[in-house]
Amino acid sequence: MSKLKENYKDSFSQKFSDFMTGDLEVPDEVHPRKKQAKNNKVIQADEFFSEFTDADDIKRRELYQAFRNRKFMEWINRAYNIISVVVAITIICVLLFTVSFLPAFGDKDNPANNEVSERYIEDGLDETGAVNIVAGMILDYRAFDTFGESNVLFIACCCVLILLRNDDDEPLPDEDVVDFRRDIILEKAAKFLVPVILVFGIYVVLNGHLSPGGGFSGGAIMGAALILFACAYGFERMERIFSYKTFRRITFGALLFYGLAKSYSFFTGANHIESIIPLGTPGAILSSGLILYLNICVGLVVACTMYGFYTLFKRGRI
Amino acid sequence: MDFLRNMPFFCIILSMVSAVIISIMSDRVARVFSLCVIGAVSVMSAITFFYVAGVDQSYTYYMGHFPAPWGNEIRVGILEALTATIFSIVMFASVLGGMKRVFIDVAPKKRNLYYIMVDLLLAALLAMIYTNDLFTGYVFIEIMTISACALIMSRDNGHCLVSAMKYMIMSLIGSGLILFGLSMLYDLTGHLLMSNIKEVIAYNVANGRYELPLTITIGLLCVGIAIKSALFPFHSWLPDAYGYSTATSSALLSSLISKGYIFLLIKIMYRVIGMDVIVSTKIGNVFFVFGVIGMIAGSVRAIAQTDVRRMIAYSSVAQIGYIYMGMGLGTELGMMAAIFHIFAHASAKSMMFIAADGLSYVSNDSKEFRDLSGSAIKNPIAGATFTVGACSMIGIPMLAGFISKVCFADAAINAPTVKLVIVMLALAFSTLLNAVYFMRAIISIYRPVRDEDKGVMHKANPLFIVACIIFVALNVFLGTHAQPIIDFIFEGIDMFA
Amino acid sequence: MLKEIFSHLMTNYYETAAVIIFGIGFTTLLLNKNLIKKIIGFNLMDNAIYLFLASKGYIESRKAPIVVNGVRDMEAYINPIPAGLVLTGIVVSVSVTAIMLALTVKLYRRYHTLDIDEIAIISKKGGI
Repeated sequence: MSKLKENYKDSFSQKFSDFMTGDLEVPDEVHPRKKQAKNNKVIQADEFFSEFTDADDIKRRELYQAFRNRKFMEWINRAYNIISVVVAITIICVLLFTVSFLPAFGDKDNPANNEVSERYIEDGLDETGAVNIVAGMILDYRAFDTFGESNVLFIACCCVLILLRNDDDEPLPDEDVVDFRRDIILEKAAKFLVPVILVFGIYVVLNGHLSPGGGFSGGAIMGAALILFACAYGFERMERIFSYKTFRRITFGALLFYGLAKSYSFFTGANHIESIIPLGTPGAILSSGLILYLNICVGLVVACTMYGFYTLFKRGRI
Repeated sequence: MDFLRNMPFFCIILSMVSAVIISIMSDRVARVFSLCVIGAVSVMSAITFFYVAGVDQSYTYYMGHFPAPWGNEIRVGILEALTATIFSIVMFASVLGGMKRVFIDVAPKKRNLYYIMVDLLLAALLAMIYTNDLFTGYVFIEIMTISACALIMSRDNGHCLVSAMKYMIMSLIGSGLILFGLSMLYDLTGHLLMSNIKEVIAYNVANGRYELPLTITIGLLCVGIAIKSALFPFHSWLPDAYGYSTATSSALLSSLISKGYIFLLIKIMYRVIGMDVIVSTKIGNVFFVFGVIGMIAGSVRAIAQTDVRRMIAYSSVAQIGYIYMGMGLGTELGMMAAIFHIFAHASAKSMMFIAADGLSYVSNDSKEFRDLSGSAIKNPIAGATFTVGACSMIGIPMLAGFISKVCFADAAINAPTVKLVIVMLALAFSTLLNAVYFMRAIISIYRPVRDEDKGVMHKANPLFIVACIIFVALNVFLGTHAQPIIDFIFEGIDMFA
Repeated sequence: MLKEIFSHLMTNYYETAAVIIFGIGFTTLLLNKNLIKKIIGFNLMDNAIYLFLASKGYIESRKAPIVVNGVRDMEAYINPIPAGLVLTGIVVSVSVTAIMLALTVKLYRRYHTLDIDEIAIISKKGGI
């Protein structure tokens, strides 16, 4: 293994990728990254995150190697590999065998095509007002699932915050970690791409009940626009329009509205009270009761979460 | 329609919305708020319980404007309400007792996130208990998994991170299998609602259709949930996660999270597949075998530990083995014993984790037995609580653990002879091992203090004392008033069908 | 017998593919010690299940469930339920993947390796 690693620098693929990234021709003094590597600055960047020094690292690796090289560990590893392969193959075979007994693919008489989907299709438009039956189903008929699902996103974002949030609000000391360089091509491209993507995302969200799409897909598109903006212009400019405070407010507002709106509709539904929310004319943009507003909420939450993931991974704060 | 029927819905929505609200609070407000929410949920669950016990029949509750197979719905029976009540009380006491430790262990800016996790965990737990729809169950299983992972890793040390990773990998395999089983079940029956699936399955079984896929599906669901609830061979993440995370997390993980999955499994067995189909597939025997092995292996490993928290963690492995053994007996008595043990273990194990934390608090935050000697004298309340928990685990009369062991033995007598012999031997041996390691722990915490340490008496904080009193009261209540609870469990199982 | 099974598998070719991908993902998850590869395996597993689930909704010669020109006949559209379930499932898997990756980053910063066994042993023996 080690031999491979040593030769790797001279290998064709490495040279090629160096050439492609432009690292090959630059003299050491000019290129900031190379220079840092020479002065062991990269390790310092790592040190910023961890309590260990380099010597500790080597010691621990030796410890691990010593542990690994013991005879019985080898046996255990080998046995583990064999057992996993056997287990996996058994599972595949059993499942394949099972699949051959399942109802035929694409058959209209399958058990899954029963009165449930019939009502969704035939009465869905009258009962939910949504032209897109799937949107009507997940946001009205089975709204509790979907509320749970947006909570999954929320909790995932909190989880990533717990894990990666950098507690001191100072910016990271090393450029290598943040790695922002102005790039004229990216900036120019972002200049016209970001608005287009954003508008497209908003379109997908707003038309969620009329056409394919909805809060999740539209929100992901809007999140992509935010990420592109941050890539091109850096986090400092991003922070002027989208700070942690905005993030918290948007997420909080959207999820609270979602929760309250859905509680209202659950409560009235369960107690057989007529809901006061009008369904509107099917096909119009302002129709289908709460679905449009829920889509907007979900879209906002998803966009914030996607951008939040990106920036948390990139530099440890939003 | 009675207004009290809305209570379960209020519980779920309150805990979900409160999690969102906590996200903009400071940590001081957040913990009071979250505690209030859990308290309110306990009270509301208790009201639900008395209401259902009063009208003496279960009811379904629409989540939305549409009736059952089209919309989501939850179902409230007596067993669900009882479980929700006991779980939320245990949760209240665990959060209360471990509050100070959370303050120490979790980084300042992340404390309110911790309480978000606690609230969403409560929501997921309640939704899983009450749900009448398999897919809702799946979504909330995922919420529970993620919040459990967050609870483990909220304390920033290596052990917690590694065990969180292990936990994630294990539970993702589990959720993969569950989701696969669920899609196959949907394919075979065309429904996601529990009662409709059961009807179609009964029809299919009667006509001999799709027998093999059904068996595989049941296997996938059961194995998936067994992996998630850390049944014996899948427990590798458990000791580290329980041993090193903050005290509240350990208490919640051991007493509620694995139990929530098991409760869902019981619900699936009765309400989705039907008990007669489950018995005919012999999946119970698999549970039985692994449960018995887990009982012994967990206890043996617990003896070898020098760390009190890890010892309790391995004891949890053994107790989960007990529960699966009861379920594996395949009789109603066995199931009742398993459910009672869920309650008994929930009340005892969280108590022990909180008390052990109180003990290590007076011994320089060490969890090793050699440093803990005399800690019960310095902190008498924690010592007494720990002792009560240990006695309950061993099975001393008047406490909950005794009743559950009696129930297991009672169930075994009505089981086939082979199982009777195995259960009796395993119970005896495991109780002996329990006694060995818990007695060792009690003796070491009550060992007299050296002269120079004698002056340092610890002044326990009032929250901790309240939590301990709640735990002990719950445990003694379960131990002394077991008969009505057993009756309620039987009634609840009847309502399942 | 074997021939019959094979012909059934060919009819259910979507499900067959899904099961095989599921198996590949599962094997990846079990065999690789590298955390990133484990996450890839897990994602393969999840996507295979979504493929399986999505194929359950398909009905031959019918269209996506979006009402066009007021046609509201059951015969015109495929089953909308699996689509909704897959949507929910995808969001769950996105969240879980994000958490796993965040955990991986955190572990890498602490232990400077991605090998789960190495991490486990170092954390056990090395104290921290």
